[in-house]
Amino acid sequence: MILALALFFVVMASVTVGIFVLRIWWLPEQVSAHGGAIDQQLILTLTIAGIVFFLAQVALSYVLWRFRARGDKRASYWHENSTLELTWTLATAALFVGLGVLGNRVWANYLFSQEVPDVTTVEVTGQQFAWNIRYPGVDNTFGRTDPALINDAQANYLGLDSKDKASRDDVMTQNIMAVPVNRPIRVILRSKDVTHSFHVPQLRVKQDAVPGMAIRVHFTALRTGEYEIACAELCGMQHYKMRGRLLVMEDADFRTWLKSRIEF
Amino acid sequence: MAGPAAVHEVRRSFIRRYIFSVDHKVIGIQYLLLALVSVTVGMILSVFMRLRLAWPEEKWPLLQQLMPTAFAGGPMTPEFYLSMMTMHGTIMVFFVLTTAPLSGFGNYFLPIQVGARDMAFPTINMLSFWVTFVALGVMICALFVTGGAPISGWTGYAPLSALGEIAGPGLGLGQTLWVISIAIFCVASLLTSLNFLTTTLNLRARGMSLTRMPLTVWAWFTTAILALLAFPVLLAAGILLILDRVGGTSFFIPAGLIVSDRVIPHEGGSPLLWQHLFWFFGHPEVYIAILPGMGVTSHILSTFARKPVFAYRAMVGAIFAIGFISYIVWGHHMFMSGMSPYSSMAFSITTLAVGVPSAIKTFNWLATLWGGQIRFTAAMLFSIGFVSLFVSGGVTGLLLAQPAVDIALHDTYFVVAHFHIIMGVAAIFGIFAGLHYWFPKMFGRMMSETLGKVHFWLTLLGVYCVFMPMHFLGLAGGLRRYAQLTEFEFLRPLQPIHVFISVAAFVTIAAQLVFLFNFFWSMKRGQAVGPNPWDSTSLEWTTPSPPPHDNFGPLEPVVYHGPYEYGVPGASKDYVMQTEPEVEVGR
Repeated sequence: MILALALFFVVMASVTVGIFVLRIWWLPEQVSAHGGAIDQQLILTLTIAGIVFFLAQVALSYVLWRFRARGDKRASYWHENSTLELTWTLATAALFVGLGVLGNRVWANYLFSQEVPDVTTVEVTGQQFAWNIRYPGVDNTFGRTDPALINDAQANYLGLDSKDKASRDDVMTQNIMAVPVNRPIRVILRSKDVTHSFHVPQLRVKQDAVPGMAIRVHFTALRTGEYEIACAELCGMQHYKMRGRLLVMEDADFRTWLKSRIEF
Repeated sequence: MAGPAAVHEVRRSFIRRYIFSVDHKVIGIQYLLLALVSVTVGMILSVFMRLRLAWPEEKWPLLQQLMPTAFAGGPMTPEFYLSMMTMHGTIMVFFVLTTAPLSGFGNYFLPIQVGARDMAFPTINMLSFWVTFVALGVMICALFVTGGAPISGWTGYAPLSALGEIAGPGLGLGQTLWVISIAIFCVASLLTSLNFLTTTLNLRARGMSLTRMPLTVWAWFTTAILALLAFPVLLAAGILLILDRVGGTSFFIPAGLIVSDRVIPHEGGSPLLWQHLFWFFGHPEVYIAILPGMGVTSHILSTFARKPVFAYRAMVGAIFAIGFISYIVWGHHMFMSGMSPYSSMAFSITTLAVGVPSAIKTFNWLATLWGGQIRFTAAMLFSIGFVSLFVSGGVTGLLLAQPAVDIALHDTYFVVAHFHIIMGVAAIFGIFAGLHYWFPKMFGRMMSETLGKVHFWLTLLGVYCVFMPMHFLGLAGGLRRYAQLTEFEFLRPLQPIHVFISVAAFVTIAAQLVFLFNFFWSMKRGQAVGPNPWDSTSLEWTTPSPPPHDNFGPLEPVVYHGPYEYGVPGASKDYVMQTEPEVEVGR
């Protein structure tokens, strides 16, 4: 039975590592400017974690097999070794904190990058269970909103105040968002009711939309196509189908698309 | 040092002896039985979850007849799935993983292992059990009220949890009962931790210096410190949430919310405040669940390897380091929450740092086995399983500790796999190990070793089949808390993994019947045993099985050795009990 147990740990570890190495299931494709660095850090950490995991399971198997009780022999009375303890403490500390520093660099490069002047701003407001998308229009200013003015029948999901001058060229859509390819995009995230999370897997973008807050997210999409916007924070009954579509298109197509939308 | 505080009369009547008992041993068993009831409920709830996740469109005519609302129209409704998920998580975390390892085993064995006759405050001890019992009762009620149980998850994020039934089914009375139950539970845990700390510090037997305490005691002691500091924060958060729900306050609800087309008349609250308070409790809570398992594992590995624990002092240091650092890592649950990205970087480093003492413990366990004469009892097998699972669940923490990597993995099944393996299954293996090890002491009879090993194998195989695939599911983007994956194109190809997991889960759950049978059958029919069936060294094995009301009879135990003197050169046996005076132990 000891042999079976030792073998189990080795086989379990091998199968797990094997499935990762063969990439039978793997990350969604990656199409954003910042996502490559994230994937690289993820794969580096996954590789290290995989090696640690595999070696530890094999070591466990080995000691179980080698030191199984045989007859009435006594175990060795060995319970301290400062050199050994110091070595593995420092080694793990260096490895773990080192990974953390590398990870923080990727995070800082993404989050704290300089604001680019030619940025396209989109406001995304989550609600149970839809995504409201708003573009500021040519004046590049979002119009005033007031919850009291919300009128779903007139597709005024955000309560845009038509008396405000800045409102006139705002473009609003629901569950469909378009952005130009290869251009920096700034998303301002809001929520009308509970906490949602704006998640586009292929862009490596995930950020909670918290009621009462306006949170900024940046990305640059590198490939045209249609992607899905998923909600990644439990928001109620139909959380699992809070789905939006993200269209990444050529600059000119984007302008046409924006024009074709009804201005409010 | 076992002063008069711990001594009390034997209660004669059945009710005072077994129901409202002040005997820590009876209370320990009461806690274990409460956890057994809770884990059964929690597991049944997970069966419903797995049904929905694997076969979301399937109709279940029989279940529809039994529960017409939950299966309205045939398939299980998404809100019923979410309520099952919420209650599964809540019941498992609070009433199983906090209750069994700490309050159950700790109550029974902490006083005996330090040589006390009872807890420092026996009446408070009784009170803390019955308060926990009331909390469980209130929680179970939430399953049956109109509107059903809450759908906001075990983390109960506000404002979803604060707005009332307008925000969704189950968020009315069900959610109110949920938060009231949690608040009551906090009070009980606070009382328990006071008892544990006082007993450890004040009621140790003569010679039981701190460095002679078993690692189980160190683990319970540290866990009690965590509970003492963590639960009051959750209690405060719970009270604020109750006020937001029923008192018209706005601690967690900001201005201008529109829910179901209605303007909410609250303003000034912060949703992130709830998250900070919840996780300030919630992360130490993870260690409240797992630290006792670490203690039990150290104790059992040493016992059945017939070898002293490797690096006892480092083990104590690691327990304390984990306990301390666990207070400054809570932000890693909030990398995507809108919290300042600068704080994320700090929380990332502290989180990776908590991995260091965890790794030290793993190294020391392997070194404890190195050179041993390992006896593979059922208790030992479960402890070995604990080590394997602790590694498997621990290494994925390296990924989740990094905010950049968390962008891909946050709120996916990768996280579900991580915490289920390390705080769920590993902790459960610690409980099973403890049960097999201490059962003869608690009930005077052995549990069947054969059935124990069958149960071990089925469970080990089962949990790895259930939780390993969740890593692949999460890596590929599989989002958690989704009632089904089939609404999204990028998630649809992952459905076969869910089917595999569900089948594995049903087999694993069925295998627990082997344990249930073994547990109750052995209580009546198991082989009767003497005081020390495992040739162990700690104080509980000097008493009859089960121990008498005052644990040690007329004689007070006197301690001469550390707790792990196995294989001592020159000793007549391969173990030296803590109370044996005649043998000189070279340390």
